[in-house]
Amino acid sequence: MRIMKLEELRFGTELIKRGFASMQKGGVIMDVVNAEQALIAEEAGAVAVMALERVPADIRKAGGVARMADPTKILEIIDAVSIPVMGKVRIGHFVEAQVLEALGVDMIDESEVLTPADEQFHVDKTGFTVPFVCGARNLGEALRRVNEGAAMIRTKGEAGTGNVVEAVRHMRAIMGEIRALEGMSSQELIARAREIEAPADLVAECARLGRLPVVNFSAGGIATPADAALMMQLGADGVFVGSGIFKSGSPERMAKAVVEAVNNYTDPKVLADVSSGLGEAMPGLDVKTLRDDERLAERGW
Amino acid sequence: MAGKIGVLALQGDVSEHIGAFERALGPGAETRVVAVRRAEQIADLDAIALPGGESTTISRLIEKNGMHRLLAEFEGGIFATCAGMVLVASEVDDPRVSPLGILDIGVERNAFGRQAESHEAYLEIAGLDEPFHAIFIRAPLASRVGAGVEVLARTELGVVAVRQGRHMAFSFHPELAGDLRLHRLFLENLSL
Repeated sequence: MRIMKLEELRFGTELIKRGFASMQKGGVIMDVVNAEQALIAEEAGAVAVMALERVPADIRKAGGVARMADPTKILEIIDAVSIPVMGKVRIGHFVEAQVLEALGVDMIDESEVLTPADEQFHVDKTGFTVPFVCGARNLGEALRRVNEGAAMIRTKGEAGTGNVVEAVRHMRAIMGEIRALEGMSSQELIARAREIEAPADLVAECARLGRLPVVNFSAGGIATPADAALMMQLGADGVFVGSGIFKSGSPERMAKAVVEAVNNYTDPKVLADVSSGLGEAMPGLDVKTLRDDERLAERGW
Repeated sequence: MAGKIGVLALQGDVSEHIGAFERALGPGAETRVVAVRRAEQIADLDAIALPGGESTTISRLIEKNGMHRLLAEFEGGIFATCAGMVLVASEVDDPRVSPLGILDIGVERNAFGRQAESHEAYLEIAGLDEPFHAIFIRAPLASRVGAGVEVLARTELGVVAVRQGRHMAFSFHPELAGDLRLHRLFLENLSL
């Protein structure tokens, strides 16, 4: 048997990036701000953690410009857990992305939760070895991100509100738009691609697959096990829970309950069981009371 | 033979495994491929695939769903990739995973490093004429291989594919490659 040589390996290919995202399916990715929280998330069965300076609910409170976390914070979390560690960069801030890649994060979230750095361009994600996840509210936005090299999409929802309504709106939009492609002729698909400002080949691929060509998680406002199961039943491949875990009354129990809810999302008996006695969920916000400049989902295009 | 193959559907790339087995069996096959979410589904399977995913998560859900003993004592064939290889081992270098002890191997998790070290390569595998397109994602290695275990492939860093009786385990992801030769080899062994 010939032994494989290390110089014959290929790194950071599309297949490797999208493959990483596939391994996260059926899982819960949790926002954490220190090693202690990261260990709680891992112990609860999270498939990955998002290393942050502050969870979105606190970013809302703090105001000002929200940036990439301090590298010390990210390294502390990388050292604490064996599951993948993700980090957020500002929309278009490719140097923050270079920094996170150098730190060794496993996936970068180009996120509207942080203050955008570029109002014209998102990061060109094809130039990185590390895979990216990006937010989207509809099919056109999702496919523009995929075209820029995103290996995973998450519907945006409205982060830091504990209110699932926007997550539902965005997931229903994407799933509905894909269903509407079925049965279209190739000419109609091209016309539709122009309408939604997405590349025609990616629109045709969605029509053929009956889904996005990459893994699609739900994010932004998931605060309870039932919220997480709702998003799974609406077609999400998995969920991001931001403030919902560590802003709840009992983070350890909430973290485990959300993991079990995603694992048993079609079984109301299990959902009833895991939802019982969790204590207070995070405080919620009515999205209608937010000013336009407080709506994070509007960032990016 | 009309058989039933299950893919453990607790977390990970389950649909890719189901799709790969369905393609390997071919159209009109009598053998069915099903997603396994509950313990009571395990008993009447001829084979089960343990997919890629996060081994800590899947291990926890195996315990939570009361599947540990059923899987450890499973008498059909097991096809394990990446996280699956970690789970079927006898020893794992990490107390966060409770291995099933099905294969006589010791496994090191994330042995190549983080996602930046994930890679594709063409790999020579015992029993295949042409190299195999292997996709390694935060992959494990078999750091110890027992006497009854056949090594099918190794890299400079260590053993990445093994067979023990009806069972096969891989550090990499045959279900992502579009190359079904390892699936077919597994099915032939089981006469499926």
